[in-house]
Amino acid sequence: MPPTIDRRGAALRGPSAVDVALEVNGERVVVHVPPRRTLLDALREQLGLTGTKKVCDEGTCGACTVLVDGRPVYSCLTLAIACENRRVETIEGLAKDGELHPVQRAFVDTDAFQCGFCTPGQVMSIVALLRTVPQPTEDDVKRAVAGNLCRCGAYPNIVAAGVSAGRRKRT
Amino acid sequence: MTVLAGGTDLMVELNFGRRRPEHIVAIDRVGELAGIERNGHVRMGAGVTYTRMLADAGSQALAEAARTIGSPQIRNAGTIGGNLGTASPAGDTLPVLAALEATVVLRSKAGERRVPFADYMTGPKKSVRRADELIVAAEWDEAGPAQTYMFVSTRNAMAISIAGLAMVVDRARKRVGIGLGSCGPTIIRPADAEGFARGLFDEAGWERPHRPSESAAKELGRLVAAAARPIDDVRGTAAYRRHALAVMGARALSRVAQIA
Ligand SMILES: Cc1cc2nc3c(=O)[nH]c(=O)nc-3n(C[C@H](O)[C@H](O)[C@H](O)COP(=O)(O)OP(=O)(O)OC[C@H]3O[C@@H](n4cnc5c(N)ncnc54)[C@H](O)[C@@H]3O)c2cc1C
Ligand code: FES
Ligand code: FES
Repeated sequence: MPPTIDRRGAALRGPSAVDVALEVNGERVVVHVPPRRTLLDALREQLGLTGTKKVCDEGTCGACTVLVDGRPVYSCLTLAIACENRRVETIEGLAKDGELHPVQRAFVDTDAFQCGFCTPGQVMSIVALLRTVPQPTEDDVKRAVAGNLCRCGAYPNIVAAGVSAGRRKRT
Repeated sequence: MTVLAGGTDLMVELNFGRRRPEHIVAIDRVGELAGIERNGHVRMGAGVTYTRMLADAGSQALAEAARTIGSPQIRNAGTIGGNLGTASPAGDTLPVLAALEATVVLRSKAGERRVPFADYMTGPKKSVRRADELIVAAEWDEAGPAQTYMFVSTRNAMAISIAGLAMVVDRARKRVGIGLGSCGPTIIRPADAEGFARGLFDEAGWERPHRPSESAAKELGRLVAAAARPIDDVRGTAAYRRHALAVMGARALSRVAQIA
C-alpha cells in the first residue's frame, strides 16, 4: 500500500511494517520494517550486514558508526525509515574487487586493532575524515574518532592508521 | 505527537523502552527549520545541527559550545531544537542562549509565540513548551566577538558537562550576559556577577579591549559561584562545581575583556 500523503506532503507510515527504500553501499534495496526499526537493526537483521556492530544501542560507543550522505552517524540512534533515499555506507562497501580500502589496509599495517569489535566504526569515522581532510594530522584523527571507544585500548595505533592512510593513494 | 529531530536524545529513550510514543514526526528534512538568517539579528532554525554551527553559529560562544558537544556523530545529528526540547540543565547550548538573552520561537496550530529564554526553562527537563507546540527557531541580537563558552567534564568529548559557563559582552549595547549550566535546576543568570562586570567595563571603556586585574577576575568568579545552586551527583559534588565556576568565571572575564 502506498504511504498516505497529507496535504503538505508529509507521509504517514506504520505502525505495522512498511517498505523502506534505501541505498546501501551503492545498491538500491528495500527493507520491510516497522517504522520504529533502527538503521542498525535493519542493516544487521534485514540485510545481513553484520559488520556494523551493536554494543551500547545508546550512542555512546561508536561501534555502529555508518555514513549517511557521507557523514558519520550512530546507526543505533537513526531510524531506518529516516534514511529513505539517502546514501548509506557501511564497512562492507569499502573493499573493491578484493582490494582493501586504504584505511582498512592502514589498520592492518599499523596493527590498529586487537579484538576488532570497534574497528568497523573506527574505520568509517576515518573514511569520512579523509574525504574532507585528505592528509589529517594526529589531532584531526583523534577528533574524528572521539566518538568511537576501543575497550582494548588500541588508540595509538588507530591514530597512526588514520595518519598513514592519508599518505596512501587509492590504487 | 512526539517530534524527532536528530534523535540523539529521543532514540536513547525509545531503544530502552522509556518512551513509546504512538506517533513520531520526523523533522530532520524540513528545510524551513534548517536555515540560519543573520542581519544584525540571528534566527537559527530549530533543525540546525552542531556540525553546521561549527561553520556558522551567529555567535562565537555558541560555536565554542557546538565544538565541545559529543562527537562528530552526535554533532552531525544533534540540533539546537533538540537541546531546547530536552531542556536539560546540562545542555551545552542553553547557557549561551541565556547569556545572549535569546528568544525561543514556538509554533502550534493556534499560532506563534515568542518566549524569552529566561522564561522558557522551568526545571530539569521542563519547559513552558506545550505538547502541541513545535520549537521553530532561536533568535538573538548579534553581540559581537567578545564572548566565550567553557565547561568542565571528565573528558573533552562525549561527556556531560559538570559545570558550564557562557559569557557575552555586547560592547555596542553595553550589556553583559552570563549563563551557568549544570549548576541548578535551570540555567542560572548570576545578576550580581553581571552587574560587577558591567561596572568594570564602564570604568575601562566599553569600546576597547582591556586586561582586567587579577583581583577583579577573582571577584567575578566568586560572584558567579555564589549565584549557583549546584547539587552533589554522580558527575561531581556541589563544592567542586562552585570551585569550577569560580575558576571559569575569572578565566572567562579575562578572555572576553581582551577581545575587541
Ligand atoms: C553520546 C551522546 C553525547 C552527547 N553529548 C552532549 C553534549 O556534550 N552536550 C549536550 O548539550 N548534549 C549532548 N547530548 C545530548 C543531545 O545530543 C543533545 O541534547 C541534542 O541537542 C539533542 O538534539 P536532537 O536533534 O538529537 O534531539 P532529539 O533526540 O531528536 O529530540 C530531543 C527532544 O526534543 C524534542 N524536540 C526535538 N526537536 C524539537 C522541535 N523542533 N520542537 C519540539 N520538540 C523538539 C524531542 O521530541 C525530544 O523530546 C549527547 C547525547 C549523546 C547520545
Ligand atoms: S551501538 Fe550505537 S553507539 Fe554504541
Ligand atoms: S580493538 Fe577491541 S574494542 Fe577496539
